[in-house]
Amino acid sequence: MTTATLAQTQFAQPNRLTLLLRYLRRNKSLAVGLFILLGLIIFTATGMLTVDPDDAYPLSVKSKQPPSLEFPFGTDYFGRDLYAAMVVGLWQTALIGVIAGALGTLIGVVLGFISAYFGGWIDASIKSICQILTPIPAFLIQVIIASSLDKRDVTIFTMAFVVMLLAWMGPTLVVRSQVLTMKERQFVSVAKLSGLGDLGIIFGEIMPNLLPFIAAAFVDQVFKAVFASFYLAVLGLGPLREPLMGNIIWAAQGQSAFFNNWWWWPLEPAFAMVLILGSLALINMGLDELANPRVRRTE
Amino acid sequence: MSIKLIIRRLLFLVLVVWSASTITFFVPRISTKNPVRERFATLARQGGFSPEDLETIIASYNKQFGLDNPLGQQYIEYLLSIARLDLGVSLNLFPKTVIELIMDSLPWTIMLLLVTTILSFVIGNLLGAIAAWPRAPQWLRTFATPFVLFQGIPPVLMGVLLLFFIAFRLKLAPLGGAYSTGVIPDWTSPAFLWDVVHHQLLPALALILGSVGGWVLSMRGMGVTIQGEDYVNFAEHKGLGGQAIFRDYYLRNALLPQVTGLALALGTVITSAIVVEQMFGLPGLGRVLDAAIRSNDFFVIYGVVLFVTIAVATLMVFVEFLYPLLDPRVKYE
Repeated sequence: MTTATLAQTQFAQPNRLTLLLRYLRRNKSLAVGLFILLGLIIFTATGMLTVDPDDAYPLSVKSKQPPSLEFPFGTDYFGRDLYAAMVVGLWQTALIGVIAGALGTLIGVVLGFISAYFGGWIDASIKSICQILTPIPAFLIQVIIASSLDKRDVTIFTMAFVVMLLAWMGPTLVVRSQVLTMKERQFVSVAKLSGLGDLGIIFGEIMPNLLPFIAAAFVDQVFKAVFASFYLAVLGLGPLREPLMGNIIWAAQGQSAFFNNWWWWPLEPAFAMVLILGSLALINMGLDELANPRVRRTE
Repeated sequence: MSIKLIIRRLLFLVLVVWSASTITFFVPRISTKNPVRERFATLARQGGFSPEDLETIIASYNKQFGLDNPLGQQYIEYLLSIARLDLGVSLNLFPKTVIELIMDSLPWTIMLLLVTTILSFVIGNLLGAIAAWPRAPQWLRTFATPFVLFQGIPPVLMGVLLLFFIAFRLKLAPLGGAYSTGVIPDWTSPAFLWDVVHHQLLPALALILGSVGGWVLSMRGMGVTIQGEDYVNFAEHKGLGGQAIFRDYYLRNALLPQVTGLALALGTVITSAIVVEQMFGLPGLGRVLDAAIRSNDFFVIYGVVLFVTIAVATLMVFVEFLYPLLDPRVKYE
């Protein structure tokens, strides 16, 4: 009896979960992206429970073993268990992405707000700094910073920091342009006339309307941070001991893994990276559509 | 285009180059690492000269290259030498200068970049335009979809996957290098040229597959907006054929913002090419950078980075100058 009534009320008033699922059915790229991300999270979570994280580091297991029952992902030349390495590496990649993405977005949001809301010379200087830095390929500057670090100082956190240093220009410009259009809207004028202060307007009126943009900018920054840290690691500028995907590919390339028939060694981190970046790119596209209905594609 | 605007853009370019050189000057000096000491310490471990000798060598090296002068003087001398395109000497391959190393490898990088960028720009924009064109056959329109899916994948990863499937499994392409080992480079023999092309196929494919999707996406968005424009409607009502409308009214107008996109994408395109070259062991800038990183040859690292930055910024400004030639509506006042 009770289940029947429950079903009926659900039918009359779909709850938020159903609404979300319905939205995801329309926004396919968001759905697929979230699905892959969920899969990766489950892989890491179960992995963390089943493997010994120490096996992800060199000299912990027998080296150069192809995938087998004992080592489902095989082992590399330096004696890492690649299954453990994938698990720990995924977790570390996520850490770099989220730290750098969150800090970059935060700085961008603050600068964008200051720039657009107060205008004048502050706006002009922030804007021109962004414009001058934009033509300089951020990755190359990251190469300089990363190679200037003492090898002992290169850790997951310094990687995130290096990536973050050049990751705030994008969000700054996005937030700036959105706030510029928003502060001319009527609801802001009404709030101003009714005596709301600057902070009240920023947090009470403008911020809630900006949240979708900030969320999209955040995912974009996470994507870029993962991308940049991967490129740095592939060039051998990462924390070499850590089992980051880029490090493993760099090491495999250095030992000519394909020439030596150790095909699984570079292939597995490459596949993992494809899944990570692919899911982030899909979520990014989906959020773009959510934040900016005007770009909804005609299919 | 007025002289004033040209001067303004050139000043902007100088500003960009100046900021890039300032960053490459100060960042290494803030860090606790001493490139010269680190390099000679490695040599000392390998060659076995005594610690006292090491100190003497470092001191004389610093003196010779002015690294013991006050910071301000060093900075000004550094900026002046960059203006002369003098990027210093290699620590590892002394007396080779950094600019010599770059110039030796540059033709390879330019060749790879030119071919892949032109191909992916043309293929991507055509596929994107077709995907948004309602009168195109359905099978052609869905042809673009797989490329869009590749869009988030960096070319290096594409390179690893291609190496595995095409070079390792199917043995259709070599596993790396610029030409087969043991071959003496002879640029006049067709067999050698074919060998070089054969070695460039996979890296080029990796770069193209990694960048076509981006062009497809932006062009499809562009195409959708342009279809609704009055001049396209007008052309249709005039009774122009589908092909003429597609080529002269639709493609031509949608392509213009894409050229700006090309200028903006240059930085990403070049960094991807450098990493792909490193992955495939091609003798371009990527290998110079890779060798420098592996041997702690810091002046080469800084030099390559600065060189590429200047090149990208210059090309961007140059594309901006070309823009009014492509689009008669744009006039710089």
